[in-house]
Amino acid sequence: MLDTLFYFLIYPGLLFAGIIGGLLTWVDRKLTAQVHFRKGPPMMQPYYDFLKLLLVKETTVPASGSRTAFLLAPILALSGATIAGVLILLPLFNITAGFSGDIIVIFYLLAIPSLMYILGALASGNPLAAVGGSREMKLVIGYELTFLLVIAGIILKSGQAISINEIILMQKTGIANIGSISGVLLFIAGIFCIQAKLGLVPFDMGEAETEIAEGAFIEYSGSAFAMIKLTKYILFLALPAFLVTLFMAGTNWAGIGILWSVLKILAVVVLLTLIRNTNPRLRIGQAMRFFFVWMNLFAIAAIVLTYFGL
Amino acid sequence: MAFKDAVLKKSLWLFHFGGASCNNCDIEVLDCLTPRFDVERFGMKLVGSPRHADVMLVNGSINKRDKPRLLEVYEQMAKPCLVVAIGACGCTGGIFAEGNTFAGPVDNIIPVDAYIPGCPPKPEAIIGGIVKLISK
Repeated sequence: MLDTLFYFLIYPGLLFAGIIGGLLTWVDRKLTAQVHFRKGPPMMQPYYDFLKLLLVKETTVPASGSRTAFLLAPILALSGATIAGVLILLPLFNITAGFSGDIIVIFYLLAIPSLMYILGALASGNPLAAVGGSREMKLVIGYELTFLLVIAGIILKSGQAISINEIILMQKTGIANIGSISGVLLFIAGIFCIQAKLGLVPFDMGEAETEIAEGAFIEYSGSAFAMIKLTKYILFLALPAFLVTLFMAGTNWAGIGILWSVLKILAVVVLLTLIRNTNPRLRIGQAMRFFFVWMNLFAIAAIVLTYFGL
Repeated sequence: MAFKDAVLKKSLWLFHFGGASCNNCDIEVLDCLTPRFDVERFGMKLVGSPRHADVMLVNGSINKRDKPRLLEVYEQMAKPCLVVAIGACGCTGGIFAEGNTFAGPVDNIIPVDAYIPGCPPKPEAIIGGIVKLISK
């Protein structure tokens, strides 16, 4: 019991994932600044932002909104992200082996933050938040099928293994999933799904700052917004770690392996940042067509190639 | 309390309220975000919603139509928040001070924490003003 609490609250759960995820969002912001030829924020910036929102600012509740749903949504989003993060990181860091079928559970848990953003947006009673919420909803419909197909492709490639630990072992004994044609196709589809889940630029129409003023989060302030920020920090570690698990043979925390493990996660983050910085925001219809037609095609082609052993 | 102040100073999020401006000050505010001046070095960023903002930048003359809107945006901001008046129009009314529709400089309507004069103020002056605000 105490073990479980320790896993969820301290390592590799809330505290650890929050701190490392915050560091990764700093890498993202710093790299963005470098791409713009700017200097960028200091390293402690994500923590300053979080602490300011949590401790200093007041939390306002919109008069026309539903108080309970509005304030409960960030907490549920944070719990969903934390539990998903723990289930991903436990096998990845070799702490416990996880359980059979945990990849399916993670798929469902990773959907919770987006759903809670939508719930919070619709509960706030703000028309711009409603626009943001409806866009986010369409985006979720777009990418979830692709994400499921990517996971299905990985399960198929790993010989019907449905636990993360088996998938990692399979890759460690044989070849990493990204080392084949079908693996590369699945990785491309997977990284765009991650991009959409994190709400980064080509797919940030749900929280577009310039048109609908942060959309779904427009009414959040103070500690409620701090919860959303923490959710994003944790997802910024958990989702790249998930990709590393599925495609790059997991991590290895002994000797020189530590360096490679860190580099793998950083490589995924850098790829996300570069996609984010070299693309404009899509319209919602374009984004849905992108996922429904192209990314699903990629994933299905990869699954067909897997049958032929490519 | 000192810790809270320190954290707030390190991460000021800006919300930009343009009154009846000639848009010169707006352009100079945007200049501060460009690579040459890059206020993100100090943890500042422009946010779209007053709920997220810590600092409201007000520029342009405030006329009778702007006044209720300025008050409403000020009330929407999560406290504690700061207000910075930018440009001659924001600080005193500038050439519009005697106009028919003029509803008073910003500090007649809401409390102002820093003034940045100039028509328009240079980006250096804006950053200087914010630094003074932080070190106050």
